[in-house]
Amino acid sequence: MAIRVQQEDFDVGAESRALQGPAVGAIALFVGTVRSLSGNDSVTAMTIEHYPGMTETEISRIEDEARGRWPLFEVTVVHRVGRLLAGEQIVLVAVSSAHRQAAFDAAQYIMDFLKTDAPFWKAEERGDQLNWVEARQSDSDAHAKWMLE
Amino acid sequence: MSGAMITVLYFAWMREHTGTASEQVTLPDGAKTVGDLMPQLMAQSAGHALALKNMAAVRVAVNRNYGDLKTVVAGGDEIAFFPPVTGG
Repeated sequence: MAIRVQQEDFDVGAESRALQGPAVGAIALFVGTVRSLSGNDSVTAMTIEHYPGMTETEISRIEDEARGRWPLFEVTVVHRVGRLLAGEQIVLVAVSSAHRQAAFDAAQYIMDFLKTDAPFWKAEERGDQLNWVEARQSDSDAHAKWMLE
Repeated sequence: MSGAMITVLYFAWMREHTGTASEQVTLPDGAKTVGDLMPQLMAQSAGHALALKNMAAVRVAVNRNYGDLKTVVAGGDEIAFFPPVTGG
């Protein structure tokens, strides 16, 4: 189990290689990045804060639930905090399994629940304005979809 | 239980409104739930009142687990208030 909240960037290739193993046949990776185009004007940077202690607990709980649904070998979640510039990496979810379907589905599940449950907050910089990002209904819908299964 | 202390945390715009990330608060006499704390917390400043006026838009955690206004609280607990999360 590897859950990390950090300011530093991460190396997707190294994280992927770390999930390799003799029975691993599939590694699915999701990388979220800072979009510079958002609405009508451009975002120059984003500042992310979190709730130390609760963040790790929540992501760990999400991982446990994913492991209850799919046969997974390794799960890595890295989420950056602090000030990130447009184009920078924010989050990595990487999952290894024997076959692709479990890896794809588990990565999406973990990401969907991270979006609605892990206590992170983003503020966007546009020019000299710093505005807190509002939660999106589409994220709640993505979360709710899993509850129907 | 008079005099029991709790820690209250605020994040994101709630921290900006209240002007504090963390404060120690005396648990009011007879207070059993998060909801019972609200009048005292809101009375602390205009910023607190503003931050906590619409609890439908706020999430609550007690000791780092999600809760709500009905969650039971006791001395020594850590109560956090924050807006809907926007990570990822």
